[in-house]
Amino acid sequence: MIDSALMIAILVSAMRTATPLILAALGELVVEKAGCVNLGVEGMMLVGAVTGFAVGLTTGNFALAFMVGALAGAGFSLIYGVLVLVFQVNQYAAGLALTILGGGASAFWGQTWQGRNMRGLQPVELPVLSELPVIGVMFTRLDVVVYMALAATVIVGLILTRTRVGLILRAVGENHDSAHALGFSVVKVRFAAIAFGGAFAGMGGAYLSCVMTPLWIEGMTAGRGWIAVALVVFATWKPARLVLGAWLFGLVSVMQIHGQGLGLAVPSHVLAMLPYLVTILVLVLISRDATRIRLNAPGCLGKPFRPTA
Amino acid sequence: MRLRLVPRLKPSPVALYGAPVLAIALTVTFGFFLFLGIGRDPWAALYAYFIAPVNSAFGLSEWLLAALPLALIGLGLAVGFRANIWNIGAEGQLVLGAIGGGAVALALWREDVPGTFVLVCVAGALAGMAWAAIPALLRTKFNANEILTSLMLIYVADQLLGWLVHGALRNPQGFGFPESRLFSPEAVMPLLWPGTRLHIGWLALPVAALAVWFLMNHMVAGFRLRVGGDAANAATYAGFSRSRMVWLSFLLTGGLAGLVGAMEVAGPVGQLLPKISPGYGFAAIIVAFLGRLNPVGVVLAAHLLALILIGGENVQMLGVPVAVAQLFQGVLLVTLLASDVLVRYRVVRVGRLGERARG
Amino acid sequence: MTPRRTSIFLAAALGLGLAGPAAADDPLKIGFVYSSLIGDAGWTFQHDLGRLMLEEEFGDRVETAYVESIDGGADAERVIRQFASQDFGLIFGTSFNHMNPMARVAAQFPDIAFEHATGYTQDTNLAIYHTRAYESRYLVGMVAGLMGDSLGVVASYPIPEVLRGINAMTLGARSVNPDFTTRVVWISSWFDPGLERTAADALLDQGVDVLAHFTDSPAVVQAAEDREKYVVALGDMAQYGENAHLTALVYNWGPYYVERARMVLDGTWETANTWEGISADMMTIAPYNDSVPQDVRDAVDAKMEEIRSGAFHPFQGPLVAQDGTEKVADGELPDDGMLLSMDFYVEGVEGSLP
Repeated sequence: MIDSALMIAILVSAMRTATPLILAALGELVVEKAGCVNLGVEGMMLVGAVTGFAVGLTTGNFALAFMVGALAGAGFSLIYGVLVLVFQVNQYAAGLALTILGGGASAFWGQTWQGRNMRGLQPVELPVLSELPVIGVMFTRLDVVVYMALAATVIVGLILTRTRVGLILRAVGENHDSAHALGFSVVKVRFAAIAFGGAFAGMGGAYLSCVMTPLWIEGMTAGRGWIAVALVVFATWKPARLVLGAWLFGLVSVMQIHGQGLGLAVPSHVLAMLPYLVTILVLVLISRDATRIRLNAPGCLGKPFRPTA
Repeated sequence: MRLRLVPRLKPSPVALYGAPVLAIALTVTFGFFLFLGIGRDPWAALYAYFIAPVNSAFGLSEWLLAALPLALIGLGLAVGFRANIWNIGAEGQLVLGAIGGGAVALALWREDVPGTFVLVCVAGALAGMAWAAIPALLRTKFNANEILTSLMLIYVADQLLGWLVHGALRNPQGFGFPESRLFSPEAVMPLLWPGTRLHIGWLALPVAALAVWFLMNHMVAGFRLRVGGDAANAATYAGFSRSRMVWLSFLLTGGLAGLVGAMEVAGPVGQLLPKISPGYGFAAIIVAFLGRLNPVGVVLAAHLLALILIGGENVQMLGVPVAVAQLFQGVLLVTLLASDVLVRYRVVRVGRLGERARG
Repeated sequence: MTPRRTSIFLAAALGLGLAGPAAADDPLKIGFVYSSLIGDAGWTFQHDLGRLMLEEEFGDRVETAYVESIDGGADAERVIRQFASQDFGLIFGTSFNHMNPMARVAAQFPDIAFEHATGYTQDTNLAIYHTRAYESRYLVGMVAGLMGDSLGVVASYPIPEVLRGINAMTLGARSVNPDFTTRVVWISSWFDPGLERTAADALLDQGVDVLAHFTDSPAVVQAAEDREKYVVALGDMAQYGENAHLTALVYNWGPYYVERARMVLDGTWETANTWEGISADMMTIAPYNDSVPQDVRDAVDAKMEEIRSGAFHPFQGPLVAQDGTEKVADGELPDDGMLLSMDFYVEGVEGSLP
């Protein structure tokens, strides 16, 4: 019943669904590696989505749209940074406040941009790969951001594990008191990580408003920021696993829709639960091995840092 | 010369009351210019936001009614948060409470069982506890991160409620619309204040606040929770069981959130709908921190947030877009959270000497 | 500053319950409760167009206000009551979830006119109104049947309103194209642009050539445009699908709102149970795309006139459900009760009802 063309279509759709999640979750992963949990991803994505759309529509330049979306997300995330790092506010409360503020701010500014149509970023044809039999067609139907998100995951993974910058970041997240004693500025490192997280959440939002559904509507992220937060833990703070998790999530969402179109009669509510249940299940399977998850979870995750002069 | 924060040994009483006032003053100033900027009369808007909702007896009752869910859940969360146990999924536990309580109310529909509402509340609390037991179990047995599992279970709970009101619990005479029958009078919460919607469930608030205060300050379990939060290692050495703390805090919050869910459907709503809560479970997280994880503070913070919620609706009636109302709410939350720093820290000037140590 | 000051004191007086009844020359205050954000398309947007028409029609004689995103829970009753206690003379609740809250408030404010869309609870001061959207659905289904061979529906929840729409489109399409089939995907949401798009793409990947939707965003229209297929939209979304947007069903709440407001102004308002469609101009369809040939337009326009005059009913007999059972006998008309509680697919819809 499912032929190869349909398989490819499902994969393409799943990868497109996964891309904004990969971007936002990758940003959050870096934030968490530095020891902070930012639950404001949804708000930052909305800010990135509206600015990305505004720039994309007015200039037609999507590279610029993503850059400005990233900048907006990063700028917005600094509110969280100031609350948490300067004002010593609890991270979870600050993140939730950011989500509420982001919803309001994006809707407020987005009033001008609502109801405008735009031709979104189009797919690119990859040389060589698109010549492959059967799966080649897949590489004609994905846009450049899909590949860039994957490249970013690899780069972030390498930076985290192979470079001094990554080492410092992980040290700060693992034990901020030791890192502080060693002379690293915990606050500066975390500010940088938070801004990075904001930038990637902003790009994730811009992907929605410039590629996936090229339009701006208030609240258009519809909970994807929360899924991005979930994915980070699901991936046990490992970039490669994050991509797999996002693809799995995308695949389950798309498969349940295809299943219905092909006549699978399961209550839609039950199908809609599936991605979340699968996430919980996989998390349980991964976490059962206590040592493995502890190796990856940043030691100071969620704990406030008070520099002791 | 730079400014830096030095922790206070005791919260400053001046700052304790001054900080929220300062935050509100700042936000009101921001709001004044925001409303002016969008061409509305700022005085009328601010009046509609903060005063009009509560300057009548009915408004007052609605304020208490809206603060009740926030306060009850916030109290439960404050206990867990003290122990660094992060139940982010109270919203889902609330929904399960609504389902559990609603199912009992519908099962006893027109059975003329006096006091059905008590059973509804008990069933709601139990259902909320059962839902909260899932992340607690996954945490203690499988080491699964409770933030994630409790968060994911919110979505599952929402879909479960949707499935039931579209199917098994749907009103058979309701033309297929996704909602249950209206509960029988026996299943509806009796009113505490006749002529309003404030029901006797409100009495749970002082009880819960006292109980949480007693638990945290006068019981061994509360002491363990606090030590577990402040000094996890010390707690381990002392032989405090982390698992028991997880179970205690999840079951407590789950029970309270479930009770809230049952009281919403058996109280002001009167039936099961696909959507019960406008996000009480999330807002309660902010309430817990604004209240500094302290029972009295949580109750006060819940009333502040409830006022913001109602004010946001009210100001729309003046033609202020919901986006502006939401933006204003966001700014108020951020300044409130930020101002809290003055309570816990002193701002002091430091010279070069202070800089050196920071490397 | 004087007028502003006055307004505060006025508000204060109202709030304290000191104000007397509104003077005769005061504008009629009309309140709307919306279940979602207005956005730029979809259900609430169309109601808001009706509200704007009201303002246009009556100018200074009315004052309208609305509260967005009131979706179930304890909020609805509070907002409706807040309107009622602020001297609003006419209050519209636009979502099914507002029914019971509105009924409770209406019982306590017998002098205020309440209007509830899509519900079934009526009272002496609570009127109910709804549109026969299935009439327009039948027409856009005809367009789909004449321009393609299969329909993919991005649907929200399996409630009678949505099932009527799916069935009406299928019947319309099959009346002109007997082998036409319909596929349905339920996304369990009224608004999630990303998911709407994914569902639309999935249906196109499975080979449907026309899309339709019950969800609020233009994402489905964009999908059809991108993939060079067709769409019959919910509300005029032509700007999102220059080539794809064949037509759309259009709710037209404005005339009803104007009529009811005029009755309140004249003092002739009384409760009513209104379920009207094309004949009362409460439903119509959007202008055709340039690519829709003249013979298609003629056929659909002719059918529209038949529906308007009552000569044709989209669900007239013989109406046969998917499983072969006869729901309406040949030559008979369906009763409204059956339509209001519709819980089956007609022949031509693939898959089974979840």
